[in-house]
Amino acid sequence: MTRLASGGLLIDLSETRSFTFNGQRYTAQAGDTLASALLANGQKLVGRSFKYHRPRGIMASGAEEPNALVNMGEGARFEPNQRTTTTEVFDGLMARSQNHWPTLDFDIGAINNRLPRFFPAGFYYKTFMKPRWAWKHLFEPVIRQSAGLGAVPTDPDADHYEYFYAYVDILIVGGGMAGIAAALEAGRAGAKVLLMEQTPHLGGRALVDGVEIDGQAAVDWIEAAKAELETMENVTIRTRMMGSGVFDHSYAMGYERLTDHAPETAGPRHRLWRIRAKRILTATGALERPLAFAGNDLPGVMLASAVRDYATLYGVAAGRRIVVVTNNDDAYRTAITLKQAGLEVPLILDARPQASGSLPEQARALGIRVETGKGIATVKGYKTVKAVGICDQADTGTVLETIPCDIVAMSGGWSPVVHLWSHCGGKLDWNADNAMFAPDPTRPPLGDDGLGFVLSAGTASGELHATAALQNAVQAARQAVEETGFAPVPDTPPMATAPTEEPMQPVWSMPAKAPYKLRAKSWLDFQNDVKVSDIRLAAQEGYESVEHTKRYTTIGMATDQGKLSNVNGLAVLADALNAPIPQVGTTTFRPPYTPISLGAIAGEARGKLFKPTRKSPMDAWHDSNGAVWEPVADWRRPYTYLRDDETVQQAVTREILNTRGGVSMLDASTLGKILVKGPDAAKFLDLIYTNMMSSLKPGKCRYGLMCNENGFLFDDGVVARLSEDTFLCHTTSGGSDRVHAWMEEWLQTEWWDFKVYTANLTEQYAQIAVVGPKARKVLEALGGMDVSSDALPFMGFAEGTLAGIKARAFRISFSGELSYEIAVPAAQGQAFWDKIAAAGAEFGIMPYGTEALHVMRAEKGFIMIGDETDGTVIPQDLNLGWAVSKKKTDFIGKRAMERPFLQRDDRKQLVGLLTENPADVLPDGAHAVEGGKNRYGQENMIGHVTSTYFSPTLGHSIAMALIKGGAGRMGEVLTFPCEGKVIRATVVDPVFYDKEGERQNV
Amino acid sequence: MSEAISVLGGARFTGAIEITEAGLQGMISLRGDLADAALRAAVTSATGADMPDVRRITFGDTGQVAWMSPDELLLLVDYARADAVVADLSAALANKHHMAANVSDARAMFRLHGTGAREVLAKGAPVDLSPQAFGIGDLRRTRIGQLAAAFWMTDAETFEVVCFRSVGEFLFDWLCVAAEEGSLPEFL
Repeated sequence: MTRLASGGLLIDLSETRSFTFNGQRYTAQAGDTLASALLANGQKLVGRSFKYHRPRGIMASGAEEPNALVNMGEGARFEPNQRTTTTEVFDGLMARSQNHWPTLDFDIGAINNRLPRFFPAGFYYKTFMKPRWAWKHLFEPVIRQSAGLGAVPTDPDADHYEYFYAYVDILIVGGGMAGIAAALEAGRAGAKVLLMEQTPHLGGRALVDGVEIDGQAAVDWIEAAKAELETMENVTIRTRMMGSGVFDHSYAMGYERLTDHAPETAGPRHRLWRIRAKRILTATGALERPLAFAGNDLPGVMLASAVRDYATLYGVAAGRRIVVVTNNDDAYRTAITLKQAGLEVPLILDARPQASGSLPEQARALGIRVETGKGIATVKGYKTVKAVGICDQADTGTVLETIPCDIVAMSGGWSPVVHLWSHCGGKLDWNADNAMFAPDPTRPPLGDDGLGFVLSAGTASGELHATAALQNAVQAARQAVEETGFAPVPDTPPMATAPTEEPMQPVWSMPAKAPYKLRAKSWLDFQNDVKVSDIRLAAQEGYESVEHTKRYTTIGMATDQGKLSNVNGLAVLADALNAPIPQVGTTTFRPPYTPISLGAIAGEARGKLFKPTRKSPMDAWHDSNGAVWEPVADWRRPYTYLRDDETVQQAVTREILNTRGGVSMLDASTLGKILVKGPDAAKFLDLIYTNMMSSLKPGKCRYGLMCNENGFLFDDGVVARLSEDTFLCHTTSGGSDRVHAWMEEWLQTEWWDFKVYTANLTEQYAQIAVVGPKARKVLEALGGMDVSSDALPFMGFAEGTLAGIKARAFRISFSGELSYEIAVPAAQGQAFWDKIAAAGAEFGIMPYGTEALHVMRAEKGFIMIGDETDGTVIPQDLNLGWAVSKKKTDFIGKRAMERPFLQRDDRKQLVGLLTENPADVLPDGAHAVEGGKNRYGQENMIGHVTSTYFSPTLGHSIAMALIKGGAGRMGEVLTFPCEGKVIRATVVDPVFYDKEGERQNV
Repeated sequence: MSEAISVLGGARFTGAIEITEAGLQGMISLRGDLADAALRAAVTSATGADMPDVRRITFGDTGQVAWMSPDELLLLVDYARADAVVADLSAALANKHHMAANVSDARAMFRLHGTGAREVLAKGAPVDLSPQAFGIGDLRRTRIGQLAAAFWMTDAETFEVVCFRSVGEFLFDWLCVAAEEGSLPEFL
């Protein structure tokens, strides 16, 4: 155990937790992260790197951790690539290290580490080049085997997830002292505030940096501030919630992790907050940068701030003998903290020529040796740090002295966390004093009012010293308060004090003149294994844009998105290009800030809530009577009803023969039904449909076609004129919403002066078709309405009651049989269905599904939108020219139809097909060829099959096809190459059955 | 009429809040000139309720009136009265351009009751449901999860929600998941 005698602000020594790592059982304290617990148990090696399989340990203490990712959990709660530094330990936690075989300690893949010259920058792309066979047969299999991080989950996720929509005046991201101070300002002014903090606790770096606020230790001030905030009804504090993204119109995403620290708890695991805020304050702090020296990726080389965090927050000594290497004063805090905790700090290496600030002086006073102008030439050790070789920073890496140690605490300076500021276009300025990019407050992301909607606050603004950071946060909060319409409360702002710091000095390569041998072991991106040498090679190969270099070298493209590597990488690139850093610029910051679970993105939409299925009023009956379901747009409809041990084909055949020979019933409720009413309704429909609707008499029905402005057919259906000024337009099942929106669009944008109202009444009615020669007998048995051919002729409709239920019966037919479609109120749909079934029993009535419907309409040569149409077909192509008015001065599509291309004789036209062998059913979509090849060496194609069935009525197969110049090819035999054989078919009239239409008109 | 059934036959769920399928509810879609005196009089006569303001619903002795769009109202009356009310409206507005349609059967309606009802809806609707922003008589046409829906508040702890009948079962399932015990964010 490496737990310190004192320290451990966040842990509870009285409570332990038990977890396993690679199967071995360990003990942690309540409050530990998995990283602090592993360090407390002396586990430094926690994974292998992506490309070279190098041993890797814990480098950071928070969301920026690049190395220490693990496979977590098992079975339905297994999840790869979980950061140990942001994972709270709970009893029973199971973690396994990643990316090695067979074991963490002995990894065959580490051979890659011996072959770095085979994996230079862009090696992946280079493998595409030559020899040509090698990618498929050599490189791809090898790379696939050796690359990758965690394992892929195999079981469905046991947890569930949800969204939540929230609206606030001011959203504050980050619960450090800046965020807290801002929340106090905004809260006291009365604004509605949401403060979110990604860790389980408030305080941020103030807890570990020895800051005093208003004369109190930061931890005490934070406690008091938190207490005050909790009394404010207008302020909400949420911990374990990360500000994940900022989007246009002041929209932000919060990722709340509810049960990651306590699995098996009821409720959702993650909640994705979708927040509309008037102002967003990013109090997101800063991240420490690594230094690029050879061997800086060895387990035991850590960020200086992280080493300090583990000691102060978790009471964990990452090692016993720590060498600090830095280019700034802040890292001295780590040395001082560790020394005071009783650990050995043999040496501080400061790359700057001198270190005379108060922190260095304090370190010296504690007896710590400080060497200025020095750096690390090399780190000794294989799986963990054993010693460092020190050198002159200005030199090429000649080792002057070797210092044994087990931890190297490094600091290359700090970078403000500007991600959220930048997501929506906030611009950055290069701050040369601190060698960092910081938000440019004059170029924030702009909202619809032309003002910035994101304000940075505290260290995130680039104010690295506590005093200035807190002032900045208060100022940002007051600006947000005013801009959201509140008045700042004139109180004395809190004052933070901390030791002054001397300027840092940028160090992008250690030592400055490091030769290739050292550069090739100096890591920039730890997770994707990108080194200083890779960036320099990319520059040498002509890469100048930072975005291209990123993709070529993969720097910053791992799951940590380059939180530690981006600034160092672009500085090396700038140096290699001999260009100033701000000119090279940064890559684009994109949400999410750290990876969020796919479950959170899916929200509640899984299992039965994955996608809404529309169900007809008789859905439950179908389901319990053998329905085989078919999706039709968002509806589900019975494809057929299986009886006993029938096959689907047998059931469809039975349903067709029963309809043609007797009577059957169909649930046609899904048909679109749009009411169109007003003095201009007829005029409107004359424009919407290709045929004349104004001449339709009340009480009559007419089949109509709708085209878009290009003349292409997109919906069809029967229109019934209910009264002089009222029409009911039937649409396809999938088309009702689209057609309704289409009508409204024309009415609202083009013909706004028409007096027409529409309503989508699709779901008001259950519609049942009673179809077959005995249909009239069934309706007569129901009773209540005169359904004789005189009273209710073909293409007429009547209103009344049937079997005591208010009904509207249409004499329309999609099968060619005597047919009534009866609409009743949806709430009585099931009752009416039952009555038809009962009344029809003596006539042998049975339900039929969509497949029988399709076969019967094809037997009659009726087209189906989506089968015979594909968005490029005009009515004339389908022999429906008779339904395109030549009298009307205008309708949608008329002008387009007059274009020469749509009038050509050799357009693809609808024909019927009879196969030579009547038993052969053409495959759907089969292509007809006419011999010869096109310029691509493909067969010359003249058209394709649009509908194809075996017709039980006729005893042979039938098909429809769109064939080039089809109208002129009657009697021609066409060739259809199909899988394994060629089917030949004769072109015929597409009406196969009852060409005169006598059966429906009786 | 006794054979008329609502989509879920009055299904109920009790979790963090109480969810009830409200059964058959008369609903009439009325489109027309909402400023027209005859239309306003006809609406009030049918429901006893005043004309609602934008995104509001009003309550009367014999019905409720919901603002749906600049030229559309939704009248809520007893299910059995809906056809008669349509006939009355049509007679009263015979000379005015309008549309009155019975849409009772096209809808499913749910009643959400409990202090957490706001938060259940806020899991699916991009609407500010805080008490400061949404109160009794407020109404939104919006979406809940993937579904088009409308809802309004009838008292301090009760919402009524309508959606299309074909997806009533889906919305009920959605609401039951959103109302899981212990799952409310406790933000509003």
